[in-house]
Amino acid sequence: MVTSATKRIVIEPVTRVEGHGKVTILLDEQNRVQQARLHVVEFRGFERFIQGRPFWEVPVLVQRLCGICPVSHHLCAAKAVDGILGIDRLTPTGEKMRRLMHYGQMFQSHALHFFHLASPDLLFGFDAPVEQRNVIGVIAHHPDLALQGVMMRKFGQEIVKATAGKKVHGTGAIPGGINKNLSVAERDVLLADMDRMLEWSRKAVAIAREYTLRNLEKVASFGSFDSNHLSIVRADGAMDLYHGKLRAIDARGAKILDQVDPLDYLEVIAEEVRSWSYMKFPYLKSLGAAEGWFRVGPLARVNVCDFIDTPEAEAARREFLGLSGGRPSNVTLAYHWARMIELLHSAEVIRRLLHDPDLQGDDLVAPAGERRGEFVAMIEAPRGTLTHHYRVDENDQVTMANLIVSTTCNNEAMNRAVRRIADEHLSGRPVITEGLLNNIEVGIRAYDPCLSCATHALGQMPLEVTLLGPDSAVLDRQTRAG
Amino acid sequence: MSERRTLVLGWGNPGRRDDGLGPALAAAVESMAVPGVTAESGYQLQVEDAAEVARYERVLFVDAERGGDAPFRLRRLEPSRSGVGFSTHSVSPGRLLALARDLFGAEPEAWLLGVRGYDFDSFGEGLSERAAANLAAAAGFVRDAVRAERLGAAPPTPPSHSHPAKNSRG
Repeated sequence: MVTSATKRIVIEPVTRVEGHGKVTILLDEQNRVQQARLHVVEFRGFERFIQGRPFWEVPVLVQRLCGICPVSHHLCAAKAVDGILGIDRLTPTGEKMRRLMHYGQMFQSHALHFFHLASPDLLFGFDAPVEQRNVIGVIAHHPDLALQGVMMRKFGQEIVKATAGKKVHGTGAIPGGINKNLSVAERDVLLADMDRMLEWSRKAVAIAREYTLRNLEKVASFGSFDSNHLSIVRADGAMDLYHGKLRAIDARGAKILDQVDPLDYLEVIAEEVRSWSYMKFPYLKSLGAAEGWFRVGPLARVNVCDFIDTPEAEAARREFLGLSGGRPSNVTLAYHWARMIELLHSAEVIRRLLHDPDLQGDDLVAPAGERRGEFVAMIEAPRGTLTHHYRVDENDQVTMANLIVSTTCNNEAMNRAVRRIADEHLSGRPVITEGLLNNIEVGIRAYDPCLSCATHALGQMPLEVTLLGPDSAVLDRQTRAG
Repeated sequence: MSERRTLVLGWGNPGRRDDGLGPALAAAVESMAVPGVTAESGYQLQVEDAAEVARYERVLFVDAERGGDAPFRLRRLEPSRSGVGFSTHSVSPGRLLALARDLFGAEPEAWLLGVRGYDFDSFGEGLSERAAANLAAAAGFVRDAVRAERLGAAPPTPPSHSHPAKNSRG
């Protein structure tokens, strides 16, 4: 509760716009952290926007949610539409083209995050001056790495273009399958770069691994805490980023639930509403809101699966878990290493798919089955488990849509990370130091949150940090360019 | 090394009303089929766009603008070394130019065209009436400028709806 004896620190954009977060830290009279909150200004109107639209339009419509992960929304909605049409199995070409699109998206997203945002922290240390700790600094000191990041992102985008038709607003996934196959010419262009992408992926794993091992003590304690972890997995327990059933484990690795069909998600997952946040707080019903919150994304997926079915990523996973004695890692900064293991896995899957002749098949769409009025689909988006739930009426119009995005699933975890960091850096010092701002950014970046970036017009503002006293007077203010 | 002449790169979200001004202008330029001019569009600028930018002699970035002059505002862009943010959601055109220079050794002449928009807070396709009028004016200016290869020529100063821009991310 906010009392007159507390002080409030706010890290926020000047204007209320999407695509920005706001951090509020409350201090008590002794300048100890009483509460820390990450507010994500999320536009929730999208689900209403979908209502009334023909359901077959949804896979294209939902891409407008985000310019970073449109493919995840496109494919998740397509899977839901398949279900509404009673299609439970795609043709080999349809399934594999969609998988290629998805792993291409995963590859480009993870490469972008690592080289553009994480690598400056890992290469220079996150206490380095902000003037150096950015991609320009990486270019100056590690030009080969910076170029690799750009070219890996471009490679992933070329896969998306070849499978979805366009880099953004693709139309590749259609009800029951895909609208094109991969030509031999398209395949050969991608294969020409494949060995280089694999090599660069191995190097990226090595950078994240070496940073973690070299800074083990600092990494282990930075914004870390025990948590549950959740993702979909294949029937045999393998990591499968495109399709599977829900599994959740606790901080020590014990299964809380396993092989729960996405159709039954409402039986195991609920969302708590808190008055101060636009985002909901999902939790496992069996444990309740206080104990049932969980993490999703690369760290959770590497923790949750029994194995990875590509050899190099599996070897990397074993080494990763070896550091925590074979049990799940609960270290926030380990997200970076886990993300790179998935980058390598994605490269291996892409190579496997590109050599599969089914991609040149002509049987693109599976026949419709018995029509359903409701369906739920899940996919592992780059940032974690994504859920699309739709109901449609007899006129094929969507009457209800519920989307649970990855960043929402990590809401509680990001708040806890900010709290841990604030505890360490702020208590007793009621000023917003450069170090505090750096560390909060590093903590949030580990989760790679998607901040509902639907608009990006010129005129939006950078982050601003404001320190308010008990009487709401501004004690300190700092601005950080976005 | 640049191998082409002019790139018009518009970005924004056509599903968020006037935020789609950038892609709309890119589409308008594409339909003009001006020799030596290529039009591209995207949701947001991203790092790989640096490789594309590096292939041109001059680049016109086009985005919707929340504040500022109507119907549009043109300004010269230089490579920028702005700091790193906490999400991967977009790259400024200035930083893209820095990437093109530092990674690909290319320094295209670059301009930013901000087309004034008004409706950014609702879902839906299509521009507001005033934004559509601004688009038409901007498209006319770009058509004449790229044909004459005189992007740097001062655009007409609009008489109305003018007030200082709040901020530029360029």
